[in-house]
Amino acid sequence: MALSINHLLGLKGVPEKDITLILDTADNFYEVLQREIKQVPTLKGITIVNLFYENSTRTRISFELAEKRLSASTLNFSATNSSVTKGESLRDTMRNIEAMKIDMVVVRHSAAGVPAFLTRCTNATIINAGDGLHEHPTQALLDMMTIRQKFGRLKGLKVAIIGDILHSRVARSNAWGMTVMGMKVVLCGPPTLLPQKPECLGVEVTDNIDKALDGADIIMMLRLQLERQQSGLFPSIREYRERYGLDLEKLSRLPKDIIVMHPGPINRGIELASNVADGDRSVILDQVTNGVAVRMAVLYLLGGGDNA
Amino acid sequence: MKKIELLMDALALDRALTRITHQILEKNHDLNNFGIVGMQTRGVFLAQRIAKKIGEIEHAEFATGILDVTLYRDDYRTAFKQPEVKVTNIPFNINGIDMILVDDVLYTGRTVRAALDAITDFGRPKTIQCAVLIDRGHREMPIAADYVGMSVTTRSHQEVALKVIEIDNEDSVWLMERELSD
Amino acid sequence: MLEKKNGAAIYLVDNSAMPQTLLIKNGRVIDPANSIDEKLCIGVENGRIAWLSKDVPAGFTAQKEIDAEGMWVTPGLADMHVHLREPGREDKETIETGTQAACAGGFTAVACMPNTNPALDEESKIRYVVQRAQDCTCRVFPIGSITKGLAGEELSPFGEMVRAGARAVSDDGKSVRKASIMKNALNYSKSFGIPVICHCEDSDLSHGGHMNEGAMSSLLGVWGQPSIAEEIIVSRDILLASYTGARIHIAHVSTEGSVRIVREAKSQGIAVTCETCPHYIALTDEDLSSYNTNMKMNPPLRTRQDRDALVRGLADGTIDVIASDHAPHVSEEKDVEFDAAAFGVIGLETSLPVVLTDLLDKGILSPSEIVRKMSVNPNRILGLGGGTLSSGVNADITITDPRVLWTVDSKYFFSKGRNTPFEGLKVKGCARYTILGGAVVFERKVMQ
Repeated sequence: MALSINHLLGLKGVPEKDITLILDTADNFYEVLQREIKQVPTLKGITIVNLFYENSTRTRISFELAEKRLSASTLNFSATNSSVTKGESLRDTMRNIEAMKIDMVVVRHSAAGVPAFLTRCTNATIINAGDGLHEHPTQALLDMMTIRQKFGRLKGLKVAIIGDILHSRVARSNAWGMTVMGMKVVLCGPPTLLPQKPECLGVEVTDNIDKALDGADIIMMLRLQLERQQSGLFPSIREYRERYGLDLEKLSRLPKDIIVMHPGPINRGIELASNVADGDRSVILDQVTNGVAVRMAVLYLLGGGDNA
Repeated sequence: MKKIELLMDALALDRALTRITHQILEKNHDLNNFGIVGMQTRGVFLAQRIAKKIGEIEHAEFATGILDVTLYRDDYRTAFKQPEVKVTNIPFNINGIDMILVDDVLYTGRTVRAALDAITDFGRPKTIQCAVLIDRGHREMPIAADYVGMSVTTRSHQEVALKVIEIDNEDSVWLMERELSD
Repeated sequence: MLEKKNGAAIYLVDNSAMPQTLLIKNGRVIDPANSIDEKLCIGVENGRIAWLSKDVPAGFTAQKEIDAEGMWVTPGLADMHVHLREPGREDKETIETGTQAACAGGFTAVACMPNTNPALDEESKIRYVVQRAQDCTCRVFPIGSITKGLAGEELSPFGEMVRAGARAVSDDGKSVRKASIMKNALNYSKSFGIPVICHCEDSDLSHGGHMNEGAMSSLLGVWGQPSIAEEIIVSRDILLASYTGARIHIAHVSTEGSVRIVREAKSQGIAVTCETCPHYIALTDEDLSSYNTNMKMNPPLRTRQDRDALVRGLADGTIDVIASDHAPHVSEEKDVEFDAAAFGVIGLETSLPVVLTDLLDKGILSPSEIVRKMSVNPNRILGLGGGTLSSGVNADITITDPRVLWTVDSKYFFSKGRNTPFEGLKVKGCARYTILGGAVVFERKVMQ
């Protein structure tokens, strides 16, 4: 029982059996999180660096919690986006950190390809916590874990991912991972927020929300970054909300067992109405809990062993 | 692996469990603060059988707990790859109870050591006692079982394999030996 | 004398080489300007081509004989798009090291771009480059900037720059943003008979893009620049050229649309020429899947469709020149995350081999056409005086062996830059001798 990958750089190309193993392991870590003492000594003595070049409290805290629950030693490195003109180069930062004898790096960066770049700089195990517009694999894994919890399976379910697909690494990782697990994925957003060549992601892409929601078992809303309105990608929040936002009225026209997901943070009242976010079909808080379990599973499966 | 000797057949296994059950009851009088936890994987089935036997004698039902110690093992850094994490479920409060840990084979003692660490994270039992079906020697830790079904002398290249009807379609304990081609 | 040994091959660059009397025999002489493509001998004397004939004239004794059996003997190759980085970034390259790289690549002439620091935007800067290039192993022709400091606002003094030796003007690195300024520049250039070389990029559309916008950029999660960012300015500059009657040359054409627009403009008789680079022929954006920053340049690698259109453009003559856009960078600017890496790749030492491997070997261009694209046409467009083997002209000669199989290894480059997209590539063909004014400045020996 072992993963075929040595790092978690993304879900593209990761086989079904690896994803299944991670989800199964995560289910068992979920149990650990229900105990009174929510800690196991498994990763004691292992040092993990959280290298976060992009501001992100929630993902970093989730990883940090996962690391501490596994009794690992954690190191936090937060930096505003560093480029060679601003200060220490990424390679130098990595070298300095490695000189302090670390085992694993959890990295988030605004430039795609940074986790892959780090695998060439260091022997440590690399886990991608989000790189540019490229991938956010642990988010997709926790999304799948949540769906599996609610439905008992993944295969054959249809998920509609709605929002700013163009800038979303969450949409990409989910497109790769969910397709491999036998789910049907539909990506939906206004044409200005869809990739120019949508076929490249291997899933259905549409700007028609009704078409996307038709037959969906799961709706995943993506956060709309309000700055995008400044760059002219959509005319107004009001129009966006009307056409692509999810409110109780839209939800009431859909089957009763549909679940609503969101990677957070939510723009309440814009892509997701408060009464839906807090409603009984929302599994958003489950996603957060499962996030720690999934990250524990990933750290556990990649972290140990005589990989020298 | 080839079979060397049948250590217990189904009848012998059942008699051993019955004897262990009586030994447990001899030592543990307050069954209101009492619990049985089986270790993944086959210890779980043995625990369930012991609990059923106690139940028949005492005319009461006993729930058993399931404990997986994978996360407490001492070989995380040196193992080639990570072993599968299995279910842990202890559905009762373990504080202040007399707890019986049930496992199929006691060998180096490392699994029981890991179990003791795991249990301490769940609470503080009054006593932790260990019941094993087979004690095969070769201890690497200062660990002993309180209740033993059978003591067997083995060599390190041999293995003791328990099969249970619940998942293996038979009840038996075999002494196995690694073949040259293994 | 600089010597580099790569296994059995030895590369020699001799910056103190003196003109010699040379006999080049048994080579296939390809001189498209004089419609020659046959096995001939060539005699070089006093730094000039003395004679070409089947037999060696009686009484001709050479100081050095070169047996060019199986090789091509052509007018010296000219790379009309090179960044020599001096003045200002001598850490990336100097005129000295850049010209060494050029002659090692078979070039006897290069034209260097003005986006140095300070920019080549007035007479003194042009003179500086000319002077620094004096004893170098390759002829250097400066290109002056269109606008002062390449700021896109005020015209540079074309007259005094041409007087000092500039052969063209360009703001390469970017476009002249304001169409009115570009119109003035084109009009003004007419007085000097020089072409205006256009880097075509609508910076508003290309802003923030690190590779071609397409399926690959979506897959890799990298923000892309669309092909239309190039095509819109190609159209604009061609229309301005047509309107003003000026002569333009489009730099580094990379898209299908650009080729189509140039083809159409030429058919209407507009005075436009253009170039592409070997990397746009050999590679596509699919080669970026490993985020290799040594494949990041501007304009970026495009799709297969674009590449195929460029190949057709070369074959039918729409594209006149193959130039390298040699752009060396220090490792600190390349060995970083993809988004932060500087744009640009080197090319002087790989242009010829890649062209031979991808165009000659695949039967797309004949040897004669390759010589046109890499010698005759650049010389003609910039008025450099070379590009032929007529007797009496400077003996600037490139001897190429199209048979040699080797692997690109940047460790052995003469350029300071190591940012090549062809690292480890198996290629077929290379320059064997580069002769500048009768002096053998570069030789590739093979140890027996």
